[in-house]
Amino acid sequence: MTRINDIILRTTTTLIAFILLGFSIYLFFAGHNAPGGGFIGGLMTSAAFVLMYMAYGFRALQKILPINFRYVIPVGLIIALATGIGSFIFGEPFLSQTYAYFQLPVLGKTELATALLFDLGVYLTVIGVTMTIILTIANDRGEAN
Amino acid sequence: MEHMLDVTQSLIEYTTLICITGVSISLIILLYRAIKGPSNPDRAVALDIIGINLMALAGLIAILLVTTKFNDVILLIGILLFIGTVALAKFLEKGVIIERDMD
Repeated sequence: MTRINDIILRTTTTLIAFILLGFSIYLFFAGHNAPGGGFIGGLMTSAAFVLMYMAYGFRALQKILPINFRYVIPVGLIIALATGIGSFIFGEPFLSQTYAYFQLPVLGKTELATALLFDLGVYLTVIGVTMTIILTIANDRGEAN
Repeated sequence: MEHMLDVTQSLIEYTTLICITGVSISLIILLYRAIKGPSNPDRAVALDIIGINLMALAGLIAILLVTTKFNDVILLIGILLFIGTVALAKFLEKGVIIERDMD
């Protein structure tokens, strides 16, 4: 069988994966007052990872991105739970949220809400679940050696 | 001036409706190709173009509803369409979508 040269796919992947990651981060931060949020941002990030896995193969991506996605799920769940428990410190009910205005260096006056931390937990959990499902299904051949 | 604005608004509305009709007819013809297509690559290409027509339809309906909230959806359809088409093409070409070792 001749070797297949897929240089066009690889070159477009290097460009498009960055656009995808940027778009996913935009969706993650836009979720407060526009369509978007943690769920769709996590799905977009895992779509970028899947595109890189399709273009470069499993072995190369393990070297580039040495993350075991199974450990990302509990990290996200713990972040989401910690934002819920953190409201007990201030004597508020479970999962209460608050916001405040801060003067950030580049962005100027910005509203920062604690709901963003809960969204970060959702984001990490969605990335972990999606990548675990896809990589577990993909690993059926050559697992023994 | 008021009259001019009304004329422009109805012009945009009718143009959008005509475009939606055209895209819908092309979607029906593409659906015929996706169902009837003799080989699997024909169906893959038909599904790809159905997705592009869906992007056009989402944009036209965003014009009709006078909203900008659909712009993310249009970009999202394009991205998912690209990834799905690449996966389908890799499956038709090689039989596996994520290979273990490509060197």
